[in-house]
Amino acid sequence: MNNDLDTHNQPLAIKATGLVKRFGKHRAVDGIDLAIPQGIVYGFLGPNGAGKTTTMKMLATLLKPDEGSAQVMGHDLLKEPDAVRTRVSLTGQFASVDEDLNGIENLILIARLMGYSSRIAKKRASELLDAFGLQDAAKRQVKKYSGGMRRRLDIAASMIIRPDLLFLDEPTTGLDPRSRNQIWDIVRALVTTGTTVLLTTQYLDEADQLADRIAVIDHGKIIAEGTSGELKASVGSGVLHVRLLDPSTRAQAQQLLSDALGTPVRLSSDPAALAAQLAGTKAASKALAALDANQIEVSEFSLGQPSLDEVFLTLTGKPAENEEQKEGAKS
Amino acid sequence: MSEEQSMAKMRAALVEQERPPRPNGIATSLTFAWRALLKIKYVPEQLLDVTFFPVMFTLMFTYLFGGALAGSTSQYLQFLIPGILVQTVVFTTVYTGVSLNDDISKGTFDRFRSLPIWSPSPLVGALIADTVRYTIASIIVIVLGLILGFRPAGTILEIIAGIILVLIFAFSLSWIFTVIGLILQTSKAVMGISMTLLFPVTFASNIFVDPATMPGWLRATVNANPVSMLTTAVRGLMGGRVAFTEIIWVLIASAVLILIFSPITMYLYRNKR
Repeated sequence: MNNDLDTHNQPLAIKATGLVKRFGKHRAVDGIDLAIPQGIVYGFLGPNGAGKTTTMKMLATLLKPDEGSAQVMGHDLLKEPDAVRTRVSLTGQFASVDEDLNGIENLILIARLMGYSSRIAKKRASELLDAFGLQDAAKRQVKKYSGGMRRRLDIAASMIIRPDLLFLDEPTTGLDPRSRNQIWDIVRALVTTGTTVLLTTQYLDEADQLADRIAVIDHGKIIAEGTSGELKASVGSGVLHVRLLDPSTRAQAQQLLSDALGTPVRLSSDPAALAAQLAGTKAASKALAALDANQIEVSEFSLGQPSLDEVFLTLTGKPAENEEQKEGAKS
Repeated sequence: MSEEQSMAKMRAALVEQERPPRPNGIATSLTFAWRALLKIKYVPEQLLDVTFFPVMFTLMFTYLFGGALAGSTSQYLQFLIPGILVQTVVFTTVYTGVSLNDDISKGTFDRFRSLPIWSPSPLVGALIADTVRYTIASIIVIVLGLILGFRPAGTILEIIAGIILVLIFAFSLSWIFTVIGLILQTSKAVMGISMTLLFPVTFASNIFVDPATMPGWLRATVNANPVSMLTTAVRGLMGGRVAFTEIIWVLIASAVLILIFSPITMYLYRNKR
């Protein structure tokens, strides 16, 4: 898994061995090894409570690991936490900006803490507000920001001095599609400037779209690692996706398809859709014929790579959404 | 502005910044104090506890109990004002724990803890800002007292020294509430526990009455209470009879509070999930 070219030719942003974090008897992080090359977007993908945030907090020096060791940007996490802190920046899961203050005050605060004079802090703050499209909200209390604005301010606060490594904890959770795309653009722009980004997400399409490499995390362990292409390939060659015109015919279609293909047919979360793994195009035409013969009308019929959703299902034996709503889970 | 342009703008803003020399602990603590004081601008209700409560307590105790306790309200004022100053400021320290708990639950502190700064500075900064609040409360109590007829025999310098002594003790006492603020889950719980602690500590003291009429065991407790010593010291300073023994004891108690509770606070703060 780790013997591909990238990890050998480039210096590592993060090298971790056997990280463990226990909360009482619960092993929130249960032996995580990482080798994350510099200059990429690396995604931690997993449901709530899988240990993504805990791992990130350990790497950002917020939590001490109970076992294991790590080097972050070449500095030992336990021996030189302050050196690590000068190289990284953290944007937490719950907005890590001060919602009682306004936008510009938040950025000035961080700039002052970095050691800038009051004058330069103000200049840098308004420059960043402008770059992140928040100049009109500079004097507005963050409490009154939309979710997307808050996230952008949060990332801007991490950019007062552009870090070598940015931790982004669930950057788009709860955002509307437009704000989500804005955040994605920001992350992409960031990587072109040389910052390595480590993000956590529970959204498969986010990991797919954004991350150069992905670690699938479940129950505190990495259960798969690689590019999204590699992860998909590890699950199987092709997946047949069928979307029916009439959702009420789905049960019948499931039966017909599994008889025709001889493989299990899964019901997707979309009430009109089904999916099955299959070996080749020949089987696909057999499936279409079976549906056609029984007058089940099809609106979409496609053969393609498995989605990360299917990857997750295959790897964990349960859909990714399973644990999503566990409120208060120690993640 | 097109997508392309805005992206170019963003990249321009993300070029390598020259890192200024690392600020010292005092500078970062003062920056955090600035943050806390800025909040007063947005949430002026925050000042209620240092404005409204001292006025209410002073009026209530002077006019409801003063006559019965000391013969006349004007006589009681001379006794009460230094005490009510202590009581008001000691009660205000609770909000240190409450606001810390609030702050931490919102995730702002995750960022602070990941910054390369002297790590106690967010807490020290909050306490410095609280000291400003305690000063406001002190001034209100003294001015109200003067209006009602409090006539201290001490000089202005002695009165100021009395206030400073109260501030030193309050700053030290606050570290207990930062511990409570870090241990408990909600700010409501922090408020409840802290008040439960503070009521006996402030009322089992010589703030409101002379302990002479109390049963022996209680009188011993009251006299050993640091709040009583502080009150005696402040009464002494404001009355022009400087009570050195009590002042020394208050300073020792303050040092002990800081020595015990600030390391616990820092331990909890560093290891907060």
